[in-house]
Amino acid sequence: MDHFLNAGPWGLALLQALLYAALGPLLVGWIRKVKARLQNRRGAPIIQPYRDLWKLFAKEARVAHTASPVFRSAPYIVFVATWLAAATIPLVATNLPTAAIADLIALVGLLALARFFLALAGMDVGTAFGGMGASREMLVSALAEPAMLVAVFTLAMTAHSTNLASVVDYHLNSGLVLRPSFLFALGGLLLVALAETGRIPVDNPATHLELTMIHEAMLLEYSGRHLGMMEWAAQIKLVLYGTLIVNIFFPWGIAQSLTPVALGVALAAIVIKLLILGAALAVGETVLAKMRLFRAPAFLNLSLLLSLLGLLSHIILEVGA
Amino acid sequence: MIFTSLSLLPQLVLMLAALVLLTSFALLSQARLVSAIHVFAWQGALVAAVTVVVAMTSHSHHLYFSGALTLLLKALLIPWMLHRLTRRLELDRHVESLGRPALTMMAAVALVVFSYWLVLPMIQQEQIFTRNIIAISLAVLLIGLLTMVFRQQAVIQVLGFMSMENGLFLAAVSATSGMPMVVELGVAFDVLVAMVLFGVFFFQIRESIDSLDVDRLNRLTETLEDGK
Repeated sequence: MDHFLNAGPWGLALLQALLYAALGPLLVGWIRKVKARLQNRRGAPIIQPYRDLWKLFAKEARVAHTASPVFRSAPYIVFVATWLAAATIPLVATNLPTAAIADLIALVGLLALARFFLALAGMDVGTAFGGMGASREMLVSALAEPAMLVAVFTLAMTAHSTNLASVVDYHLNSGLVLRPSFLFALGGLLLVALAETGRIPVDNPATHLELTMIHEAMLLEYSGRHLGMMEWAAQIKLVLYGTLIVNIFFPWGIAQSLTPVALGVALAAIVIKLLILGAALAVGETVLAKMRLFRAPAFLNLSLLLSLLGLLSHIILEVGA
Repeated sequence: MIFTSLSLLPQLVLMLAALVLLTSFALLSQARLVSAIHVFAWQGALVAAVTVVVAMTSHSHHLYFSGALTLLLKALLIPWMLHRLTRRLELDRHVESLGRPALTMMAAVALVVFSYWLVLPMIQQEQIFTRNIIAISLAVLLIGLLTMVFRQQAVIQVLGFMSMENGLFLAAVSATSGMPMVVELGVAFDVLVAMVLFGVFFFQIRESIDSLDVDRLNRLTETLEDGK
């Protein structure tokens, strides 16, 4: 830590990015553990996802005969795009040098890039499952992306900036304000996050054998380090959405100055917030059942409606002079 | 108006009003009859909450009474009566499929924009948030009307009618801090009597056409002869 502090803000930005990569498997392990306890099972240890990744990286990667270079390069592109998108979101501090690129629209764009290559890789080998998964992923994302953009615009209009760090700063400095638009945007973003990270009402992350899978269907042909990269990227994406939600809507605790005390408090705060969010997600996944794929558009319409209402209530109730 | 310049209570009023609008949308799109009745009960409870918070901000004590009356009537009594009716009509597992859910939602969103456009020329009242809440109330009223137009089931049409009344009440509470007590009592009992009459109508409709789908009222009985 001291070493990084001496290296200045850029060192901290690098440390924050590494923290995203390190927290990903931990959050997934925590969610699995809570789910197991809720189902009266003991469950695997929380560090199991790290072991899985270690195992996958040690194994040989096999590639199908029909695979093109897109198939081989996709895991790296997906991983780097997701990680870069994650690194832009303020995790522990707001005034890092990476704040300059922490733009909400760039974030959505980076995630879209990762998704595009994921879908390409799914179709590349030519198996039935891969193509099906890719087409479903595109169906879900085509509906989720407008909802996310509208929710994000609501936040941006309130803070008069599309920069994430300034949105968080603005929210922190204005104290406790009950904004109807934030409530709706939170609802919309939560639903989008569930759909985009492939959690239960839309996709089931624990299944490999059903005809209903979306994300797993695209990864069926991958093995070894390629699979490891893809899974790690999915875990980082989960932390990304979790951090986006908790740090924008409940930013209290995040460091606005780069002192060791403030950073320590911020780290503790974000870990606690993510643990609470993960536990809530696990409870939700235990209570709800996965819905039919053709119900997914209705689910995402709801999220678009919530985001639109957020935008409208911002204009009607909060700005309307 | 700068939103952050308001104190917490007016902010809470605006938040609750926005939630009333959300329940209006939920009522419009809810396919299950029993869930729609629950949504209506929540809308009544939210309107009652708005009334109580407005009473707290404007220190008008008679609003506490109308808040309690709203809670009793619209969040408890009428939903309970509707619940009992649906059970007696054996409709408690009824699910109605909406024709075009996305299009209906967009129509409702357009109504919200339209009602905001309508109130824009109005001049600010003493209470700073008044005009914006009138926009919301007008939207609740129009979406109630839309529910009555788009839905075929008679019970849900009644819910739409009642939610129009909720919109009017919301406007009255926030714009003029409540109507005189006599008027309020009169309206409350009118709604109650309307509810009882609707109950009788439900049985009449079902007896004559064997269903509560009011679209069937448009069909002539001669069409049955044609099929033969």
